[in-house]
Amino acid sequence: MAKIIASVNVSHVPAIGAAWDNGKTETPYWAPVFKGFDFSKKWIADLKPDVIILVYNDHASAFSLEIIPTFALGCAAEFQPADEGWGPRPVPAVQGHPVLASHIAQSVILDEFDLTIVNKMDVDHGLTVPLTLMFGQPREWPCKIIPLPVNVVQYPPPTGNRCYNFGKAIKKAVESFPEDLRVVIFGTGGMSHQLQGARAGLINKEWDTRFLDNLVTNPEADAKIPFIEYVREAGSEGIELVMWLISRGALEADVREIYRFYHVPSSNTALGHLILENKS
Amino acid sequence: MTNQTDRIVPTEGFDDIPGTTLFDAQRSRQGYHVNMFCMSLMKAANREEFKQDEAAYLKKWPMSEAQREAILARNWGRMIELGGNIYFLSKLFSTDGLSFQHVAATMTGLTQEQYAEMMLKGGRPIDGNRSKAEWKNKSETKKSG
Repeated sequence: MAKIIASVNVSHVPAIGAAWDNGKTETPYWAPVFKGFDFSKKWIADLKPDVIILVYNDHASAFSLEIIPTFALGCAAEFQPADEGWGPRPVPAVQGHPVLASHIAQSVILDEFDLTIVNKMDVDHGLTVPLTLMFGQPREWPCKIIPLPVNVVQYPPPTGNRCYNFGKAIKKAVESFPEDLRVVIFGTGGMSHQLQGARAGLINKEWDTRFLDNLVTNPEADAKIPFIEYVREAGSEGIELVMWLISRGALEADVREIYRFYHVPSSNTALGHLILENKS
Repeated sequence: MTNQTDRIVPTEGFDDIPGTTLFDAQRSRQGYHVNMFCMSLMKAANREEFKQDEAAYLKKWPMSEAQREAILARNWGRMIELGGNIYFLSKLFSTDGLSFQHVAATMTGLTQEQYAEMMLKGGRPIDGNRSKAEWKNKSETKKSG
């Protein structure tokens, strides 16, 4: 059977992609950011997952204001990098896993998570920046990737609790897939940041640290955080952190913290990174 | 209702966060054409057309005069007030060759240098920035890193 064996949680700041694409990884500003992923690159190269389920938010690239799905699942065979206003990032196209994705869609919908199925979609920095951080710039991404976009652009996004339970439904779905596949789930976005208004630039390290600590050992506590607390304490764009609860819900209750990295600033953002593996 | 962005059913705390505009369904309606105009800039040919004659290009979207003016003046804070969303606006400032950090800084009253310095020093602190009450009579608080 297929199994989710680990989660990778990571911010998806667009400036990181731009720094990589423009050869700025060794500058004093960016070098510490990329160095923070040396361990992670080696870890995932050794792990060699067959499939990544990549939870991220579309930043008004595939979804405009015409249709705003709260949870969506990319079931296509291929997804192209989006043109976000400066041309598409020079990264490989994403190869999906339509059979597993369709199975997950069927399973979670029957489990009462009514997501939207997407068969044509470009993927933006929310999906490609985490891949760059974890894999650098290969000619092809080393495994199949199933995009799972979550609406956090138009308020309200799904609650953390809903996301946590959705993660559990995804776990169940993957475990009912007959083929032996090793799956890693990515939760992306965050951590504290605010990109708009007179409060832009907000960073809350203490809150972020508590969120990370709880995500490891007491995810139910994070799942109870109300929507308004994310906005108030972690900034209007810090709300992206609900997506880390999907990846956490998809793991076992008992997990091992493999690696943690936290760095301020990355453009406007507190960059957070946490790798968890199931204990069993 | 006093204006089109007042919520029929208020959400606790929703309007109490200082210096923050939450992009909800009503703002989404208000800024629909602003944001859809921004989306159009995801195509290189449209970016070219826009750059050649911004005002003419904008006429394709039935937005308000105030919205049009804010776009032409690149008044990012005003665009947000009028229903723009930062992720949609990013298509416009990417067309201009500007970064998220550049644009965020313009909304804070800080210079680019001051804002970059604030971020390098760990960002805007949360203390004093949680609620509108904390900003009252402390007009300088929001500007301090």
